[in-house]
Amino acid sequence: MRIQLTVNGTRHDVDDVWPGESLLYALRERMGLPGAKNACEQGECGSCTVYLEGVPVCACLVPAGQAHGREVTTVEGLAPEGSGDETALHPVQQAFLEKGAVQCGFCTPGLIVSTHDLLQRNPDPSDPEIREALAGNLCRCTGYEKIMDAVRAAAEALR
Amino acid sequence: MDFLAPTTWADALAAKAEQPDAVPVAGGTDVMVEINFDRRRPRALLDLTRVPELSEWGRTDDGRIRLGAGVTYSRIIAELRDELPGLAMAARTVGSPQIRNRGTVGGNLGAASPAGDSHPPLLACDAVVEVASVRGSREVPAAEFYTGPKRNALAPDELIAAVLIPRATGPQQFCKIGTRNAMVIAVAAFAIALQPQRKAIGTGIGSAAPTPRTAPDAAVFLAGEIDAAGLWESRGPLPEGLAVEFGRKVRDAASPIDDVRGSAAYRLHSLSVMARRAATWAWDDFRSEDRRAA
Repeated sequence: MRIQLTVNGTRHDVDDVWPGESLLYALRERMGLPGAKNACEQGECGSCTVYLEGVPVCACLVPAGQAHGREVTTVEGLAPEGSGDETALHPVQQAFLEKGAVQCGFCTPGLIVSTHDLLQRNPDPSDPEIREALAGNLCRCTGYEKIMDAVRAAAEALR
Repeated sequence: MDFLAPTTWADALAAKAEQPDAVPVAGGTDVMVEINFDRRRPRALLDLTRVPELSEWGRTDDGRIRLGAGVTYSRIIAELRDELPGLAMAARTVGSPQIRNRGTVGGNLGAASPAGDSHPPLLACDAVVEVASVRGSREVPAAEFYTGPKRNALAPDELIAAVLIPRATGPQQFCKIGTRNAMVIAVAAFAIALQPQRKAIGTGIGSAAPTPRTAPDAAVFLAGEIDAAGLWESRGPLPEGLAVEFGRKVRDAASPIDDVRGSAAYRLHSLSVMARRAATWAWDDFRSEDRRAA
């Protein structure tokens, strides 16, 4: 089947979508957007977190057909556009980089999107609020302390 | 595989009548896991996210909330915590923020897992499931809706339209045991709802029997003891040992199994502890309500 959706502000027409296919597969394999990562495929790890109609979801659990006619934002769509600088980062991405909150990097795109969402809703989160907001994102490398540092730093940068 | 995407409730019912083996999908948090892991290859998926009324809720004339089957847990937490406190507490324990943004009570009922987090509060609150087909609609009490492990009372051509849940008239509590706070399938769960106007107590047990179930003997016992001591009126403290005995009777209502998440013995023990705590917390809430009102 064919689906049409808007991803990071750009309209995509995607053909040959299998009806049982996830939005994650369509993004990565059909639209060339590998930012959202494919790990657990069961909503446990959060590494495929994207915005669907402004709401963070696990793209692996969204049937691609449900995204037809809807708006998706992936980690690729968070950095500021139009600056002419392709390496420009969103403050959340910058904070993860500066605080060393990235090791293997596989969980990072999901954590960036979840943190981005948290700080939009709550510009000054407490530590328990950060932990709760990131409870659906697993990292197996860092032990989370650097991630907590990064979220606090991003919050400060954005305030 | 077909992907059916009706945009009206009438079209959704017609699609289900035409293809009874089509699998309804809303948040996808159960259905997509099964598809991703090749455990299920349905002939068709019936996407319900484009039927607007499923994601709405409203108040009925008889004091109930009519919760559309597609209202997400995140919205229940944000919008219904005062009127449906037990269900909102259970909703907070579902999965993770991403899962709560997608998962629905309708999906929990459709999957009918004994471990579904919304079932204990639905049972404790005497919720009624509104199901529909092209033949018409009918109401099934939650206590009769669960018919076996992952089986429910739906006919093949029926869809879940909504859940009718009485608005809370007293304190409600929900407890859940798991290995961590987030992303946990309940090892055991318990919900309680005090109904002071009726001098009654509602209960719901999760993950400790082939289906979610109530603990009617325990509920009648606790409500009766409270009544006999005049506590519904005086709002005095619970007599010593009463909550413990309630916990034992809740435990006796369960019939759990050993599985990968926990042993039957642990489930029984944790249920007695959770029921004791939930009753104590709910009663403390009831007493402090009175102090606040005074």
